Amino acid sequence: MYVAVKGGEKAIDNAHAWLAEERRGDTSIAELSVPQIREQLALAVNRVMAEGSLYDPDLAALAIKQSRGDLIEAIFLIRAYRTTLPRFGGSCPVDTEQMICDRRVSATFKDAPGGQVLGPTFDYTHRLLDFKLAADGEVPQAPTATTAQPDTPHIMSFLDRENLIQTEPEGPETPPDLTRSPLELPATRALRLQALTRGDEGFILGMAYSTQRGYARNHAFVAELRIGAVSVEMDIPELGFAIDIGEVTLTECETVNQFQGSKTEPPQFTRGYGLVFGMTERKAISMALVDRALRWKELGEDNVGAPAQDEEFVLYHADNIQATGFLEHIKLPHYVDFQSELELIRRLRREAMGEQEAAE
Amino acid sequence: MTDYNFAYLDEQTKRMIRRAILKGLAIPGYQVPFASREMPMPYGWGTGGVQVSAAVLTPDDTFKVIDQGADDTTNAVSIRRFFEKTAGVAVTEATVDASVIQTRHRIPEQELRSDQILVYQVPIPEPLRFLEPSEVETRKMHSLEEYGLMHVKLYEDISQHGAIATAYAYPVKVEGRYVMDPSPIPKFDNPKLNMAGIQLFGAGREQRIYAVPPYTDVVSLDFDDYPFEASKADHACDLCGAEDSYLDELIVDDAGGRMFMCSDTDYCAGRRKAGCIGAQGIPYQEDVA
Repeated sequence: MYVAVKGGEKAIDNAHAWLAEERRGDTSIAELSVPQIREQLALAVNRVMAEGSLYDPDLAALAIKQSRGDLIEAIFLIRAYRTTLPRFGGSCPVDTEQMICDRRVSATFKDAPGGQVLGPTFDYTHRLLDFKLAADGEVPQAPTATTAQPDTPHIMSFLDRENLIQTEPEGPETPPDLTRSPLELPATRALRLQALTRGDEGFILGMAYSTQRGYARNHAFVAELRIGAVSVEMDIPELGFAIDIGEVTLTECETVNQFQGSKTEPPQFTRGYGLVFGMTERKAISMALVDRALRWKELGEDNVGAPAQDEEFVLYHADNIQATGFLEHIKLPHYVDFQSELELIRRLRREAMGEQEAAE
Repeated sequence: MTDYNFAYLDEQTKRMIRRAILKGLAIPGYQVPFASREMPMPYGWGTGGVQVSAAVLTPDDTFKVIDQGADDTTNAVSIRRFFEKTAGVAVTEATVDASVIQTRHRIPEQELRSDQILVYQVPIPEPLRFLEPSEVETRKMHSLEEYGLMHVKLYEDISQHGAIATAYAYPVKVEGRYVMDPSPIPKFDNPKLNMAGIQLFGAGREQRIYAVPPYTDVVSLDFDDYPFEASKADHACDLCGAEDSYLDELIVDDAGGRMFMCSDTDYCAGRRKAGCIGAQGIPYQEDVA
């Protein structure tokens, strides 16, 4: 005698209750507040905003708390929330030249107007665990100085004056929106850049790294990496002019790459471009390298069959919410398909053994 | 839940999805690209089906969700609850009472009527995907009706195994034109694709919707000398004794002892209520937990 298994409903409720308890952890330890996460895990918050495609540090911090620090889960929470938001319109393109830079470095020129600013970077820290942090959170005050913010023109613009850098064609007035229309190939560069900026940091990093190791190598110099705040403006039809509606922190990376020249173009430099929400320079540099690799067709380069050159491969696999969903769904019940395979393999084996016996 | 629109999605999005559905119905078996939204459940959990259901549900509908044929599998429970919460529609486990049925991997045993809609959750909508990984290429193959590759694959199966080695997601040709993936239903269910109800297929992650209108000719691909055969376990249901239903296999003891039971829980319960008892069944009782 057998009674069919039931109880999915109760199991789900209990699992959720247990999850909530585990998320909180030991209650004798103080609970993390959302502002603490926003202020002290700022780089995690930045990643969640970038890949969640929603600039809201408080919500990103909340998502990190709710997801127990699983950043992909946090990104998912933000994406699911984002789709429910009404859309008022598009902003004017942000002017990154007017960025108030916290950090601005160039690997191609020792100095340039506006200067190099190292900013709050891990670059030259020695990666030694700081046990003092475990004891107390005291930090020495960073020295400050008051200087007028100098003009920081894009380093690329200096190459542009000599016509050494390839000129970019103007895009359409209103760029396509990856989140509002299905991805259809071939994609425009604007669409590719959208997919890359919200793509998984690890995936984009791996793709970029593969180009450096020879899979569609396009030796990239970081002409400029800048991080800072830019103001966001929006045209208000009733007013007839654009007004400032807020400020976002962005990381922008422009790489300068070689180009042999073609029948119609003399040799010149070309550009890879990365622009990501928040302080996210690993992602921005990776994005610039992958952007450049994907431009092989428009620049008349050879397709060497490298993964980073394959637009379909990169764009279809960069989104970690799609990837993790499909990957993890294989833990859902598949009794029915498996049962059909089971029947088939039993039958094929029976027939194969039967033939064998008959032959003997 | 008043913070969200009826059935979660905003009306603009639903309209966009309905347009894709209508286009799909107009071109049976053709995969219509649509701007799939991020849903509050993961891709792979049925986001395509959920979006299609959200677009077709009305407040008067009665909704049923099955996963692997069963109403009580965790993901079916979760999706049913989602629409109970966001749409406040009536829900049911009875196939006959439902006006919209969302399914993963099965077609109900009970024949569907013309006033019913069956919504499938689709993981990979492209039947040619595992023969040709590129979407650009497969779309071209569909537009040119270039299905030779699929027939070669089926032929190779026969030459290697003596049979077509596809047991689920068995490819079909719709109304003599498009080759279509019926989603990972067992091939036992393929003949049921010819039905009176409307069949809608939603693939959220892959951003595709396709459809089979009522009474459309759906043919499982085969060869004259190796005709298609809908197969199932050679048993009867141990609970209700049905010999015509698709069966799940359960391992019941350490010695590998097995039993079989209907994958369609509503069908099985209905038979047991009517007094049918299988080899290991007991008379039907309400609330057997």
